[in-house]
Amino acid sequence: MKLPRRSFDALVIGAGGGGLRAALQLAQADASVAVVSKVFPTRSHTVAAQGGINAALANVLPDNWHWHMFDTVKGSDYLGDQDAIEYMCRAASKLVYELEHAGVPFSRLDNGRIYQRPFGGQSQNFGGDQAARTCAAADRTGHAMLHALYQQNIRAKTSFFDEYFAIDLLKDDDGNITGALVMDIESGEPMVIEAKTTLLATGGAGQIFRTNTNAKINTGDGMAMALRAGIPLQDMEFFQFHPTGIAGRGMLITEGARGEGGYLLNKDGERFMERYAPHAKDLASRDVVSRAISTEVREGRGCGPNGDHVLLKLDHLGEEVINKRLPGIRSMAKTFMNIDLAHEAVPVFPTAHYTMGGIPTNRFGQVVAPMGNTPEEEIPGLYAVGECACVSVHGANRLGGNSLLDIVVFGRAAGNHMIEYLRKNRYHKGIAEISIEEAMNRLQRWERNGEGESIPDLKREMQQTMETYCGVFRTEEILKEGIEKMHALELRLENAVLKDHSKIFNTARIEALEMQNLMAIALATVHSALSRQESRGAHSRVDYPDRDDVHWMKHSLYSMDSHAMEYKPVRTKPLTVEPFPPKARVY
Amino acid sequence: MMRISVYRYNPESDKAPYMETFEVEESQGMMVRDALLLIKERDPTFTFRHSCGEGVCGSDSININGRNGLGCITPTDGLKQPVEIRPVPGMPVIRDLVVDMSQFYHQYRAVKPYMIHHDPVPEVEVLQSPQERDQLDGLYECILCGCCSTACPSFWWNPDKFRGPAALLQAWRFLADSRDQATAERLTELDGPYRLFRCHSIMNCVDVCPKGLNPTKAIGKIKQLMLKHMV
Repeated sequence: MKLPRRSFDALVIGAGGGGLRAALQLAQADASVAVVSKVFPTRSHTVAAQGGINAALANVLPDNWHWHMFDTVKGSDYLGDQDAIEYMCRAASKLVYELEHAGVPFSRLDNGRIYQRPFGGQSQNFGGDQAARTCAAADRTGHAMLHALYQQNIRAKTSFFDEYFAIDLLKDDDGNITGALVMDIESGEPMVIEAKTTLLATGGAGQIFRTNTNAKINTGDGMAMALRAGIPLQDMEFFQFHPTGIAGRGMLITEGARGEGGYLLNKDGERFMERYAPHAKDLASRDVVSRAISTEVREGRGCGPNGDHVLLKLDHLGEEVINKRLPGIRSMAKTFMNIDLAHEAVPVFPTAHYTMGGIPTNRFGQVVAPMGNTPEEEIPGLYAVGECACVSVHGANRLGGNSLLDIVVFGRAAGNHMIEYLRKNRYHKGIAEISIEEAMNRLQRWERNGEGESIPDLKREMQQTMETYCGVFRTEEILKEGIEKMHALELRLENAVLKDHSKIFNTARIEALEMQNLMAIALATVHSALSRQESRGAHSRVDYPDRDDVHWMKHSLYSMDSHAMEYKPVRTKPLTVEPFPPKARVY
Repeated sequence: MMRISVYRYNPESDKAPYMETFEVEESQGMMVRDALLLIKERDPTFTFRHSCGEGVCGSDSININGRNGLGCITPTDGLKQPVEIRPVPGMPVIRDLVVDMSQFYHQYRAVKPYMIHHDPVPEVEVLQSPQERDQLDGLYECILCGCCSTACPSFWWNPDKFRGPAALLQAWRFLADSRDQATAERLTELDGPYRLFRCHSIMNCVDVCPKGLNPTKAIGKIKQLMLKHMV
């Protein structure tokens, strides 16, 4: 098959913060870099991150990276890998200063230093008083970071392929990843991008759930590409529900709202978090607060005519604080709920938010998988960072403010490692024809004519099924039923057809390709959830209510073939400090 | 029921663009994007860009009853019916509501929209007082949706020479930043009859900006600064 072909040293798939930070590192080292993104880079979902980025700058309260590390390990419910967590927390301050130098308009303190606010799960001195570790640009930190990173890439002359959709990874005869088949969305024409090294930075898959805080584009494309390339996904049972999505709508209200002093109320006007987390209260970590809200609603203490949400109260903060620190969410609540949160409480409910699991990597961003010898063999030349990856710094529950940190720390680390890889691998390895044909089959499958299921219907049913059968609280019975329903949907997806076979900017075709990716991720999630018989972090099993460190302090690995589960140990040994052994998790 | 008339053009099958009217069920709190999604369910060939659904990604800039805006944060309630939805004006149409934004992005890149700091940077943050930081409010929030530049008659006539309100807002965002050290080169780049000075303060940009930003004011500040640098 003769397809147009472009060749680069490095291919980055995804133009959110992780992909752009890696691309910048590569471009500044004079590597030729192609960034492929299905949307114009500043439309990537990093843009929607609100609250901020964690780093122990100690600008407001005493802090150091070791305390940040403790909080992250504890927040992860001891499933995070402590070597990667130490690396991230040590690197955090440097990376934030770098972002500042790159132009990010952080909010400022009177002494001219970067403003920091308290966030959930943060403490001083290993579990002591609340810390203030989250560096913020008002409540638009992700927007500010993404634009600055894109701008610096313009300066570094990175090659962008905007509105190109990645179909699948391509391999050489020996099975090495040597590029990707992509499609120009505008022309509908496929193209081969050949690369010596490839980075997946495609973000999360929040669209597997009905009510979610995610953009329409968050369809787990890179994770699904990895699965199809024979790479397992790690810890997919851990999906974060953000405590404060706007009830019924899903738009995110930043944790920064509680960081600035907001709190939650049930229908009796009770500040109920005091019961669930006497010390940290509303700033307990997200899994704890989400479960508390769900419990209040289930036990009949929800607000509103249907008792289906709780209230987030902010009006006591005063207009000045709200305008200065939370202007974005004020405007959002006004637009979508016609509520002025400077004067009224906002209805909120836990909402699907963040994929903790993903493509397994080490702390250099190298994709690692069990290939026959050890559970963590490096796949030469293939990297993954950000929400699509699982390093794992978030373990079973991510702390707020750690995902913007994750993307820049590991985006940079992966960029550096790719530069090193390029030094040792100077020439293209080639692409096997069969690999291109297989990827083209995935595209051509949608040329089928005739009658069949519709993609929007299937997507709606899948999202509803995942919400009902794989939500905040899970049991074996419910999950098994969910799996059955998901497999029925999977079969129906095979019979789906497109009514529109045009080439130019055919978004129906893109949505079909995305739906296949979502289906793969949803199946990975529900299978992983059934297999883990304990409650840890965001994975809450009513039938196994306790954490079981003896049997389950291990990472899960889900493979697409026959939905097999394997497990590998948690990396409990940090780089230089003493390990934090598992303890009861109290906030 | 709401009547909504949308611009249709598929270059593979249509000789010329046309308007097509649909009726969709209106619901509480409905946004224009929701209505467009209902149309797409009925007719999967109907094409428009959208993503975040909350006005931060800037994908779904369209022309709603003659006025540019974002579909996802424009309520349908109160819109005159049939609601007319067209692509933003002045840009080549790729298909239906999707336009080619290349020229817009080119003008953005041309103003060097990135921090330039010539001195060696400290090992910590470059200090900036809250008052200096306040100068960036109303500038950094731009989402590059293009509502402003595509509502600007000066940009319609000279999209290759006039930078346009969005790019000029970004030019001022860096000129106004106490940390940036490229004032002279930024001003030199904008000199001449077109790049900056084609702005005739028509203020369509201010009128349509979905984020409430004021490019005309930013352009005025650049002009003032230029004058100060000349004397």
